[in-house]
Amino acid sequence: MFRHGVKAGIAIAIGYAPVALTFGLLAKSTGLSIIETTLMSMIVFAGAAQYISLNLLSLGTGAFEIIFTTFILNIRHFLMSASLNEKAEHDALWKKALYAFGITDETFSVAAMKEGSVCASYMFGLIFISYSSWVVNSAIGHIVGAYLPENVQLSLSVALYAMFVGLLVPAIKTERKALWLAVSAGLINCTLLLWLHVPKGWAIVIATILSAIFVQWAMERREGTTYAQ
Amino acid sequence: MRSDIMFIILGMGIVTYIPRMLPLTVFHRINLPPFWRGVLRNVPYATLGALIIPGIFLIQDDPWFGILGFVSAVLASWLGANVMIVVFVCVLVLTVYTML
Repeated sequence: MFRHGVKAGIAIAIGYAPVALTFGLLAKSTGLSIIETTLMSMIVFAGAAQYISLNLLSLGTGAFEIIFTTFILNIRHFLMSASLNEKAEHDALWKKALYAFGITDETFSVAAMKEGSVCASYMFGLIFISYSSWVVNSAIGHIVGAYLPENVQLSLSVALYAMFVGLLVPAIKTERKALWLAVSAGLINCTLLLWLHVPKGWAIVIATILSAIFVQWAMERREGTTYAQ
Repeated sequence: MRSDIMFIILGMGIVTYIPRMLPLTVFHRINLPPFWRGVLRNVPYATLGALIIPGIFLIQDDPWFGILGFVSAVLASWLGANVMIVVFVCVLVLTVYTML
């Protein structure tokens, strides 16, 4: 299963490479040493939060505010972890506590779309390759900077989104419900982000919860009326 | 290494780990009612929707960049390509687009 996980994680590793390289480069220009940069990727392992922390550091923001912003941004992993728990096998608690560290938007999405249950060794494989790519490429980015041609870098910035689409579309083809969930969550997220200016981390959490509850409610209601007839 | 930066990094690590860890270790014996189990099973699809929209359309100031990326990814995966191929096709299409 470890190998299955590694195989499933290759797309993530590739998608992380340009994001981590850029992070390394930005960290350098923000004034972080290579050790600090690599340690942040090793200890935090959360792309968006790390980018924003650089921004805040360069603005001279205090430690508490940076840590609190990180918390707000990453609270969405709580929801993902709770959802993953529904299909996680009953592995030893320490193993689950260990792979919980590697839950990101990307590793969660891949694991959640996997058929059947997920066990610890699958998660270890999936996270091993994604985490390695993230940490190693952060360090490389700090050392060599972004040597990729600019237009390749630009087009690579779409890689993780393409992966999300590639995970979602097969699910939509087999289950119409997936389409309603994705579209409604996306629309709610747009409203929250662009119109109400809710911070990104919260917008994803609220959009996900509202859409998941609403679609579940609508489906059970419809099933209920079908039974009544 | 500066101690204030290390403090920030450690703090960020702790507040990121706790939400990731709690449900998997503490909730494992809680029995949720069926409705809420259904909601949690819906979460992955809803999350993917919220991660894609509107993010993919905002990568570049040029709206066509995101639209083209989105359409090529949807087409490739609709035709049955696996995730790796979808990523590859999408990056390729946009590389060509940015060279035009």
